[in-house]
Amino acid sequence: MSQTLLKLDKVSVSFGGLKAVADLDLELSEGELVGLIGPNGAGKTTVFNLITGVYTPTSGSIYFRGHPIHGLKPHRIARAGITRTFQNIRLFPSMTSVENICVAAHQHARAGFVHAVLRTRTFQDDEAAILRRASELLETMGLAEWADTRASELPYGQQRRLEVARALAGAPKLLLLDEPAAGLNPQESEQLMRLIEDIRMRFGLAILLIEHDMRVVMGVCRRIAVLDYGIKIAEGTPGEIRANPKVIEAYLGEEVHADFGENSKLPRDEDSHA
Amino acid sequence: MKRIAWGPVAKLVAVVAVLYALNALLPRLLNPYILRVVMLCGISVILAVSLNLINGFTGQFSIGHAGFMAIGAYSSATFSLQAGANWVRALEAAGTPTGIAQGAVLLAGLLLGGTVAAIAGYLVGLPSLRLRGDYLAIVTLGFGEIIRVLITNIDAVGAARGLPGIPAWTNVFWVGLVVVGVTVFSFHLARSTHGRALFAIRDDEVAAEALGVPTTSYKVLAFIIGSFFAGVAGALFAHYNAYLHPNSFTFLKSIEIIAMVVLGGMGSISGAILAAVILTLLPEVLRFAQELRMVLYSLMLIVLMITRPQGLLGAKEISLRWFTRTRPARAAR
Repeated sequence: MSQTLLKLDKVSVSFGGLKAVADLDLELSEGELVGLIGPNGAGKTTVFNLITGVYTPTSGSIYFRGHPIHGLKPHRIARAGITRTFQNIRLFPSMTSVENICVAAHQHARAGFVHAVLRTRTFQDDEAAILRRASELLETMGLAEWADTRASELPYGQQRRLEVARALAGAPKLLLLDEPAAGLNPQESEQLMRLIEDIRMRFGLAILLIEHDMRVVMGVCRRIAVLDYGIKIAEGTPGEIRANPKVIEAYLGEEVHADFGENSKLPRDEDSHA
Repeated sequence: MKRIAWGPVAKLVAVVAVLYALNALLPRLLNPYILRVVMLCGISVILAVSLNLINGFTGQFSIGHAGFMAIGAYSSATFSLQAGANWVRALEAAGTPTGIAQGAVLLAGLLLGGTVAAIAGYLVGLPSLRLRGDYLAIVTLGFGEIIRVLITNIDAVGAARGLPGIPAWTNVFWVGLVVVGVTVFSFHLARSTHGRALFAIRDDEVAAEALGVPTTSYKVLAFIIGSFFAGVAGALFAHYNAYLHPNSFTFLKSIEIIAMVVLGGMGSISGAILAAVILTLLPEVLRFAQELRMVLYSLMLIVLMITRPQGLLGAKEISLRWFTRTRPARAAR
């Protein structure tokens, strides 16, 4: 019943001599929630950048709903139905919450430039529709009270949420979330978990999730793919991944290097969970 | 205060009527010197508001705006000298009143100047597809200089001798009309999905692109529109001054326009207008200081930028609400 929505077929990308992603195969079906994990520098955000068109694969193909999207410009891919959030929040700081979301609703505007300048009926109807949609989304995401607050003035948790709301405004079929729980306390992460599952159900989306917080990943993802040095080393259910020796080694191996980062959150065994 | 429901056509008629009246009255009420300052203020406003579209709205670092002005000035002047004057004579012979004949041909010249400048804007905008910040600035700087040097070497438009004898058709009506036009255009654009797209590109181009905004198209569009109006401003200037010289369009002129946009607050339309008026009046007001005039002008700019770097109005616009409410109005966008 569920069709393949996104397919990465032996996708590789190299920057100079460095192969950041090597022969990656990945498939997502409609409505699936898949996690993408791995140590820092494994290439997870690079995979997002490949899917969204920021990078073009040096080899391999990416298909979305059966059509090849590798090589397309990011705004075309966004219009095709793939949107994302960013590891470091990229809201539009000078604009309010509702304005941030209105930008994402841009692609559905019918009124062209001339209409806007002449303030025609078509334009006014369009603007009303965009505003309505943005307000509804803010309501859904629990951000209604911050509608007219400048994005730069929002509390951190709300900024993260606004970024997700903005990514939803374009009515995507696939949502890429890049570390949405970064910087959130356990309570907020819990809320986020429920929110992610909620929007998946409500909007019928497929979601690909990069996260270091294992609580969130194990909690919501049906399937998890693990990346290390640009190569997929494992794929399976949360239970399978948790027990996979290659995965454990990939994370434990990082301990030897100075870079701990979020590794403190990763389960070495269930009891010493940070 | 009761709000009157004005239809757009009614508004246009009202504007035209007011400008027509001003055009008749001001030359009688003001002495020629003050009238000249008013006209130059108007032209500066058009330049500042048009540059604000590129630098303020879209965040593109363009520092060659005088080049677009020059293109508009010289192309419209050439048209008027070669053909325009004949058209006016033909229209007058057919019975058209002088004022209307001149106005109609001037309008054609303005549109021509604006269009040629817009084409140049497109050509300059193309490299902007790949360049950011400083690098784009250098390209635009280079463009501005290339235009000036080219003109200095084209004998047909007077080269370094200048181009005299341009029919002086510009008046309060036409300057006022373009000022209103570019201002209304900017406000309507700002409060639309297209304006939001431009601001989004300024704030975070990567995010804008990722949300479906065709950033390259919009950046080039900003250049085309900004340069169109700069060209019109140049054409108005040419038909006011009646004489053109390439030295009026140096890099320094571009800097003057940038100073207006920055002083007013990048992105603020009313800020650009206010600053354009202030910075055009300032050198005149300071004439009493003779040689120190430009030193004082520069000092004032420095002091203003140190004490208020976001510009006079920051990102806000002047709103009627400022005068009717006791608490400060929200940013009107």
